[in-house]
Amino acid sequence: MKALVFERSLPRFAAAKVAGALAPGRGAGPGPLRLTELDPPERPGWRRVRPRLSGICGSDLSTIDGTSSRYFEPIVSFPFVPGHEVVGDLDDGTRVVVEPVLHCAIRGIDPACAACAAGLTNRCERVAFGHLEPGLQTGFCEDTGGGWSTAMVAHDLQLHAVPDDFTDEMAVMVEPTACAVHAAAAVGEGDVVVLGAGTIGLCVIAALGDRSVVAAAKHPVQRDLAEDLGATVCAPSEIEGVVRRRTRSMLIGDQLTGGAAAVVDCIGTADSIQQALHLVAPGGTVYVVGMPSTVSLDLTGLWHREVDIRGVYAYTHAEFERAFAVVRERRLDRLVSATYPLHRWRDAIRHAAEAGRRGAVKVAFDLRDEKERERT
Amino acid sequence: MAHRPGFVLEVDRSTPPTLFHHGEGFRLERLPAGSRVIYPSEALAPLKDPDAAIRHALLNPVGSDPLPALLKPGMKLTIAFDDVSLPLPKMRRPDVRQRVIEAVLDLAAEAGVDDVHLIAALALHRRMTEAELRHAVGDRVYDAFAPRGLLYNHDAEDPDNLAFLGETDQGEEVEINKRAAESDLLVYVNINLVSMDGGWKSTATGLASYRSLRHHHNVKTMRHSRSFMDQHRSELHSSNWRMGEVLRKSGVKVFQIETTLNNDTFPKPFDFLQKREWDWTARDRASFIAVSKTLERTPSRLKRSIFQSIEAPHQMTGVNAGEVEAVHAITTAKVFEQQLVPVDGQTDVLTMGLPYICPYNVHSVMNPILVMCLGLGYFFNLYRGKPLVREGGVLIMSHPTPWEFHPVHHPSYIDFFEQVLADTTDPIEIEKTYEKSFAEDEWYRHLYRTSYAYHGVHPFYMWYWGAHALQHLGGVIVVGGDPKAVRRLGFKPASTLRDALEMATDVVGRDPSITHLHNPPLLVADVT
Repeated sequence: MKALVFERSLPRFAAAKVAGALAPGRGAGPGPLRLTELDPPERPGWRRVRPRLSGICGSDLSTIDGTSSRYFEPIVSFPFVPGHEVVGDLDDGTRVVVEPVLHCAIRGIDPACAACAAGLTNRCERVAFGHLEPGLQTGFCEDTGGGWSTAMVAHDLQLHAVPDDFTDEMAVMVEPTACAVHAAAAVGEGDVVVLGAGTIGLCVIAALGDRSVVAAAKHPVQRDLAEDLGATVCAPSEIEGVVRRRTRSMLIGDQLTGGAAAVVDCIGTADSIQQALHLVAPGGTVYVVGMPSTVSLDLTGLWHREVDIRGVYAYTHAEFERAFAVVRERRLDRLVSATYPLHRWRDAIRHAAEAGRRGAVKVAFDLRDEKERERT
Repeated sequence: MAHRPGFVLEVDRSTPPTLFHHGEGFRLERLPAGSRVIYPSEALAPLKDPDAAIRHALLNPVGSDPLPALLKPGMKLTIAFDDVSLPLPKMRRPDVRQRVIEAVLDLAAEAGVDDVHLIAALALHRRMTEAELRHAVGDRVYDAFAPRGLLYNHDAEDPDNLAFLGETDQGEEVEINKRAAESDLLVYVNINLVSMDGGWKSTATGLASYRSLRHHHNVKTMRHSRSFMDQHRSELHSSNWRMGEVLRKSGVKVFQIETTLNNDTFPKPFDFLQKREWDWTARDRASFIAVSKTLERTPSRLKRSIFQSIEAPHQMTGVNAGEVEAVHAITTAKVFEQQLVPVDGQTDVLTMGLPYICPYNVHSVMNPILVMCLGLGYFFNLYRGKPLVREGGVLIMSHPTPWEFHPVHHPSYIDFFEQVLADTTDPIEIEKTYEKSFAEDEWYRHLYRTSYAYHGVHPFYMWYWGAHALQHLGGVIVVGGDPKAVRRLGFKPASTLRDALEMATDVVGRDPSITHLHNPPLLVADVT
């Protein structure tokens, strides 16, 4: 089968880091990702999935550019095929979306950890144990393969049949939307600010439904979509003024006296988290949804204003199910801006890394016409 | 030599290029043959002895006893004066306010009056700095009163120092500065730069609160003021006069002192700006070239500082004192003597060059909202009779219109530009949806009261000021402006006047009539 494979290679990691620092997505060139022929993965009792579309996520881009944290080292296994936003076909022709979290039940761990037992599979404590190689999700695990290929395997618990009225573009948006459903469920009462209007930011706005949302969006296409999804939209540089006025705050230095009850950071950089800390009200919560890495922050305000900062990762099984309805109701297939065949993987990654600037949101690989797909 | 009155020139092939103000710079433009250029009158002869004229006015007022007869020991006297928005540009020292205030204080001292307060009547404008107050009233007055807290800026948001005096017969609430309202005598010292200034507007607006001002600073009033410069057709004027009646009935005793200035606006090396182009001497042409070339190479911040340091050689042409309305009638006639220019008929396209200054950016930045206000609010309204440009016509104005704001002076302007205008430019919608939240914003209120910020509602007033023009015009084009900022205002950007004229034909058709308002120095077109 044909697949993009991410290998463990320290010199290539280093090269990706250097290239990625020059411009986002450039790590694809010299880095550890390569297009190759592989034997298709097989696991007894698991189902083969032939991907149709597979999205490129921000976490994938961080990995490719070598900017993701070393925190991940023990919870991924090399070499792995990236791609955790997947709609594909089972051998019987059923179209499925893969729920990629590799939790206790999937790993054959019994009894399950406390989190999985409580249904919070996204918080699974055993993502490096059991009968699978380490990997927090499909797309980061050596044993499962991933969506950036013509074949992968998935456990029955990971499979969600795609409704007939769903296009592949709708289906590939289910996984990122599930993240947003989880974030929206976490957000408490009061004003909500969403920082970042890429795929996750827009999905969060969509998942927040009728809530009053102010969103900071950098690029025109993001602004238009965020507005259409019901947010009050402004530029990142203007967000402080907008929040100040809406919350009737004053300013002390550059710090709002009040602020929003909840700030959802869908970017995950030091700047965005710091901005979130400036915008959140005393006693409020900053939700970090965009994947962060090692950052340097001034936490004095967090301490003085008794602000909570909370990570928001993935989703539960029930939230994944709910994401289908959100995709349908909010027409999130419109976020899929461009698709590429596997052999144009460098272009695809570059496009995904520059999505906002190039008027795009979600960029995905389109495997439907790959010849190897039929052979495997 | 008698001054030459303003007049209308018809452009022909021999007409030299016409000067357009362009922010902190100028453009020389060739207008198409057949265009009209309206030139202001040359400066009226000044009063020979201004101090003697002031004393004469105080001792021989109209409709009132002489000032000394109104001054008694133990009385409470308040002297209010126009703020930093007048005159434009600021005048060379001594400012006429200083001359008048010193004369009033001399008489007060002779009468044994020792309870005297001086108040800058700034309404919702920013507070004046110490330097600006010193410039206006002079060091002697400042040093005698300010250290003891007796010379200060009016605070329209200080509930403890406002007095509610009642409502007009049309339900307009009248609330002004408490000290002024409760004084035995309120002396108002005015500089009447244009005919809209002065009269009851001095006190009913300059010393009022937002509660009071909102009754006439709104879209409806502005659209029914055609123009602000014509008292008989200005709803703004009428509303202020109704409020003045409430002041009078409430027992507020006002002794109004109004001064008029001549058109001597620009000092050397900028004096070519007030000459007609064909009168330019070789030295003027050299000055123009030298100034223009220097400005081209000067960073914008330095350029702004050079222009903001200009002090006009304005000289006083009249001073009158006494009863408000009687005084204002004389003042208005004097203003029109200087500024009125007869113009025959309207035009399809009106062009104008906007200078670096308007009433709200003294020592500050001419931000895009002020560009709109200066062009559509002030210059468009420099007419009596009919607007210079016909209904559905096009206004072309020249200004760099940078996307730039003074963060201390105009904080609510920034939010207005970025939040309100991003949503709508319709004055009615803006008023309905956004005004209250800005006007009552505690942060803006705090900055207005303690810093040097215009009130939160002020950018709305700037927008309303242009509401009549927005309704009247078929299009607005800005030459040489930042395209993004111009579009945010709802206008069209053009690189050159020629492009703008071509664009205007889409609205007014081919071969339109074109008129250029050669202003400043200030003029008011008397359009028949």
